[in-house]
Amino acid sequence: MDTAVLTPEAPAKAKRAIGIETVGMSKIFGSLVALDDVSIKVKPGEFHALLGENGAGKSTLVKCIMGFYQPTHGQLLVNGHETPIRHPQDARAAGIGMVYQHFTLVPCLTAAENMVISRANVPAVIDWKKEIGELEAFMDSMPFRVPLTEPVATLSAGEKQKLEILKQLYLDQRFLILDEPTSVLTPSEADEVLGLLHDMARAGDITVLMITHKFREVTAFTDNVSVLRRGKYAGGGTVGELSTADMSRMMIGEAEIRKSAERIADVESSVELELAGIVVKDEEDIAAVDGLNLKIGGGEIVGVAGVSGNGQSELVEALSGQRPINDGGVFINGEVFDCSRSGYDLFKVFGLPEEPLRNAAVPRMSVAENIAFRTFDKAPEANLGWWLKPAVMKNRAAGLIERYRVKTPSTDTPIENLSGGNVQRAILARELSHDVKVLIVANPCFGLDFASVAEIRAQIIDQRNNGAAVLLVSEDLDEILELSDRVAVMSEGKITYVAPIGETDRNTIGTYMAGH
Amino acid sequence: MTAVTTDTPVRLTDSTKLRAWAEAVAIPLGALVVSALIFSIFLIFLGKSPVDYFQLLWKGGFGTSFSIQNTLQRAAPLILCGLAFAIPAQIGLTMIGAEGALVLGGFSAAAIAIPLVTGGVPVVLTMPIMAICAMVVGGAWIAIVGWLRHARGVNETISSLLMTYIAIAIMNFFVEGALRDPGSANKPSTMPIGKDYMVGYIPATDIHWGLVAGIVLAIALQIVMTRTTFGFAARVTGGNARAALAQGLPVGRLIVACTAIAGACAGLAGYYEVAAIHGQANASLVAGYGFTGILVSFLARHNPIMILPVAVMFGAIEASGGLIQRRMDMPDATALVLQGIIFVVLLTSETLYGRFAIFQQKAGAERT
Repeated sequence: MDTAVLTPEAPAKAKRAIGIETVGMSKIFGSLVALDDVSIKVKPGEFHALLGENGAGKSTLVKCIMGFYQPTHGQLLVNGHETPIRHPQDARAAGIGMVYQHFTLVPCLTAAENMVISRANVPAVIDWKKEIGELEAFMDSMPFRVPLTEPVATLSAGEKQKLEILKQLYLDQRFLILDEPTSVLTPSEADEVLGLLHDMARAGDITVLMITHKFREVTAFTDNVSVLRRGKYAGGGTVGELSTADMSRMMIGEAEIRKSAERIADVESSVELELAGIVVKDEEDIAAVDGLNLKIGGGEIVGVAGVSGNGQSELVEALSGQRPINDGGVFINGEVFDCSRSGYDLFKVFGLPEEPLRNAAVPRMSVAENIAFRTFDKAPEANLGWWLKPAVMKNRAAGLIERYRVKTPSTDTPIENLSGGNVQRAILARELSHDVKVLIVANPCFGLDFASVAEIRAQIIDQRNNGAAVLLVSEDLDEILELSDRVAVMSEGKITYVAPIGETDRNTIGTYMAGH
Repeated sequence: MTAVTTDTPVRLTDSTKLRAWAEAVAIPLGALVVSALIFSIFLIFLGKSPVDYFQLLWKGGFGTSFSIQNTLQRAAPLILCGLAFAIPAQIGLTMIGAEGALVLGGFSAAAIAIPLVTGGVPVVLTMPIMAICAMVVGGAWIAIVGWLRHARGVNETISSLLMTYIAIAIMNFFVEGALRDPGSANKPSTMPIGKDYMVGYIPATDIHWGLVAGIVLAIALQIVMTRTTFGFAARVTGGNARAALAQGLPVGRLIVACTAIAGACAGLAGYYEVAAIHGQANASLVAGYGFTGILVSFLARHNPIMILPVAVMFGAIEASGGLIQRRMDMPDATALVLQGIIFVVLLTSETLYGRFAIFQQKAGAERT
């Protein structure tokens, strides 16, 4: 199995893995040194992890390797030979391919069509019969496969990610750069994809350089690790010889990471959030949430786990007012909650949605304005409920920016100019600086660096300790296991399993997630 | 990576706003220069002198006190129609139906004037009733576009364009039928409202009060959009409707309100066309101000205050048309060619935002 690529059916494809090396690579943008004299060596057939916080220079390094940027100094060696990469086409010719964090497939085309159109030399008239025959042969030579003739939109996230990787191999790219490849996958899908890549690298068919934040993936699948911090090489080595603590020290330096807040036992709180028989329909008018029942008490975090696409995002959208609730009701302390602005204020309901730039912020409005979304129409930020007082708004924002350690050049900066962690911190400042009774959280740490994740999780525990009822919907099982008091599993729009955290385990939850 | 650490207090301002402003002025100005160059090439191919053209444009637009007044006169409906595009644009809609609201607003003002004038209602009552009628009808007409968008997901650009044709047809239906003045033989029109009921001129000029109304509305709407909670909520909705919903903002009501304001502006432009220029409603109302207003708003980056100078500039292009026609022997449509070139170059220039380092803040590179 592990040497499947070398089977006789595809002798032409039997290229070997290639190795690359960056020598003293630097990239300077104006006064900003984004990358400072970084030398990294990735040997052929190695699974190499590139670790670093947001803004540490990982993306810049990879973009220099891929030819999107020209390094200010330094060279790239491919298999020991100096190879200048001036365009992404040069990288392609050198056999270096990249899989991006988000999918780059055309959803309405099939896997076969996606692969063929990505070739550099697509003929004007495509002989699909012949191409599909060749693709079948190619798939047979691979350790994993995806259905070739289904539209990509119908594939699961794991299959799409596999297809992205297959596409690179089909294009004969033997050095794969993966940018946080598992952020869109469920834990089991992530393990499967990384496991397959690990095996292919071990067999010497490919070399992998993976950007990641997740230590679990680094220790479980990769051979070597390089860590960047503030644009510089901060250390690295063989994975077995480095502890997680070593790696996190390299990543964040001596900066203090907020310890996870202590969980107070038996918090006194009278709040109760009840979701009773909720039905939410999706775009195709099918009930994505189908009669969901769940009760959450104050001082409790209930984590909702589930395979992506079982109605979690529709549930969160409905509770956030982004989608109508078609049947059933939401009750807070026995009273009807209607997801309106007055309801949010009356019952003190707050939210931390996933992808804050898409769900919680207006990218081109300033940090101060974004922080004011909850309060702009109330005194003291507004007179009589309609006349804005920008100076008051800015001063309040400045205070919150310091308290929540949002890194921003000023309160006037458009929030889209901030890094992902800082956007989420600004949203935290907005949503958690009040007396919170109910908190609705969805994938709050998606794509964030280690320090931000710790900070955000600590804040969520703080709210629980203060008596808030917290609904946490997450695709990251580790996050749910770390934060929850009770775990619920959502499958096909319903809650199929609820258990206190001490009375369950990963396997049981996994079984229910799979729909058994 | 960045000079800013949590140790330094947060600054309340920086150069971001200034740079954004400079960018919003420099790129449209550059687009204008490029448009002028392309139009010059067009003129050279016709065997005309670009220098003569732009000199005459200046002379016809601003050269004499008569031409300045002519320019400002034409700027008035352009300001109002520019606002009719800019306000929906701020809430994220591309609403191009101002022409229809102008026509219906003007027509309804002329229609309601008939019983008032024949019934001898005093001027002080008739004039505001006509103006309010025009604004309500125009506002309701475009509010339909907003409601269709919110409640039924109908594309507002298509619906507002098609509704413009309906609006013109409705006016024609009545002007050529039930409300036709028997005296209007060659050009079917409603009954003239009469000199006494016409809007007067700003003292010592030939400019009607529509210009003042446009300036006042532009300033008022600028304040509404930047300094009130309504404007804030509208900008949140325009910038990210999902975020607005998650904040529980009344997105549907905001959209309908913004489209109603837009329609009221265009309807008021129609009122002044009837009550200050034509004295009756007829096909002359369909003069294209509603469509030129789109161009005005784009060039002003949908900023109500910036609409004022831009509308004056386009007023000059229209005002100088006659002079250029006589002196250079070029058809009236020449001005439309220039406007079309400006529009295409301007839309192309939209892609240049964020591409010039001088307008960008350094810390922007902090993003990975």
